[in-house]
Amino acid sequence: MGAQLRVYKRRIRSVTATKKITKAMEMIAASRIVKAQRQVAASTPYATELTRAVTAVATGSTTKHPLTTEADTPGRAAVLLITSDRGLAGGYSSNAIKAAERLTDRLRGEGKEVVTYVIGRKGVSYYGFRERKIEDSWTGFTDSPTYADAKRAAAPLIEAVTKETVEGGVDELHIVFTEFVSMMTQNPVDNRMLPLSLGAAKEEDGKGEILPLFDFEPSAEDVLDALLPRYVESRIYNALLQAAASEHAARRRAMKSATDNAGELIKSLSRLANAARQAEITQEISEIVGGASALADATAGSDK
Amino acid sequence: MAAELHVELVAADRSVWSGEANLVVARTTSGDIGVMPGHQPLLGVLESGPVTIRTSDGGTVVAAVHGGFISFADDKLSLLAEIAELADEIDVQRAERALERAKSDTDAASERRAEVRLRAVAVR
Repeated sequence: MGAQLRVYKRRIRSVTATKKITKAMEMIAASRIVKAQRQVAASTPYATELTRAVTAVATGSTTKHPLTTEADTPGRAAVLLITSDRGLAGGYSSNAIKAAERLTDRLRGEGKEVVTYVIGRKGVSYYGFRERKIEDSWTGFTDSPTYADAKRAAAPLIEAVTKETVEGGVDELHIVFTEFVSMMTQNPVDNRMLPLSLGAAKEEDGKGEILPLFDFEPSAEDVLDALLPRYVESRIYNALLQAAASEHAARRRAMKSATDNAGELIKSLSRLANAARQAEITQEISEIVGGASALADATAGSDK
Repeated sequence: MAAELHVELVAADRSVWSGEANLVVARTTSGDIGVMPGHQPLLGVLESGPVTIRTSDGGTVVAAVHGGFISFADDKLSLLAEIAELADEIDVQRAERALERAKSDTDAASERRAEVRLRAVAVR
């Protein structure tokens, strides 16, 4: 076998192996999207009921709670960024990071100090490489987040919100995650979780229904105190689940195009390999013919 | 026909039970509360404890609820809990083991959770 042909054959073999891997990853991601979507759906009733309850308390009572009222001069904002733990998902993590950067710039422009919280190894390494400060980070559960994970991430955020700004607390809480629109579309979005913008909460509810006057047990303040941390947790949980679904969808798409590209590559490489083999054969034939005729000439010459 | 109220018992990650009921008894931070159809709109904080639902077909559903909220309006009652389990789903032996373990580790939170589970089973 000619040297050229051997090189082509080797490359075809290695691309075929890669194609098998990407194909497997594509199929795994595809099966996980469905599971992640089901989880999003399962968590929706809790989230909607909770949003409804929060809206009811916040509108139905005249309570002034630090978590529902906007500070006159917001000085500090917390940004929670949700990225993935693993790569090979196309632009998934970098898009979320870019959205967080944009939000951070905007908040800085408004004169607020920004503290960053990161979920997912990719985001952590992005900030770590640039030596930017991360207040806190969590990794290891972005594939299939549980409620306990959301609770763990929410705890320091809630603590920061309830603290006074001078003591290192924050006035605002933003979350950046990738919203799962459909199998083909996932958008990085940034939402303000706290202070609550009641208009948005009402819109989320969808119907704009008039809420009844509630009796609070034990009191409106206590209910709100207990409700808001749960609300933050549930919002984070929902964001984590959507982000997980988006991650799998992004990975599936990236791996599908990688598989397609590998197929293309194999096709063009086998064309080249075929041409090389043909060239080799042609060369061998012409060598034989040339050798034979040279031999014939030589014998014809010796006869004379 | 007696009035009914529609109950939704939802945990953070799933919907646990939903159906029609005549009476729901739950424990709020200021004491046990029973809700019947036509109750005044209510929003309360739940203690962890068993919740008893008398269904309209005469049955009883008991669930262990660990923290959460009760909200009632227009004969629709929602019980929101981070963790909620129906008594039928609770594995008694496992809960007992968890109780033992929690007691030896002096882990108050998980001891309480295990106790609530066992109480919910006992009520059933």
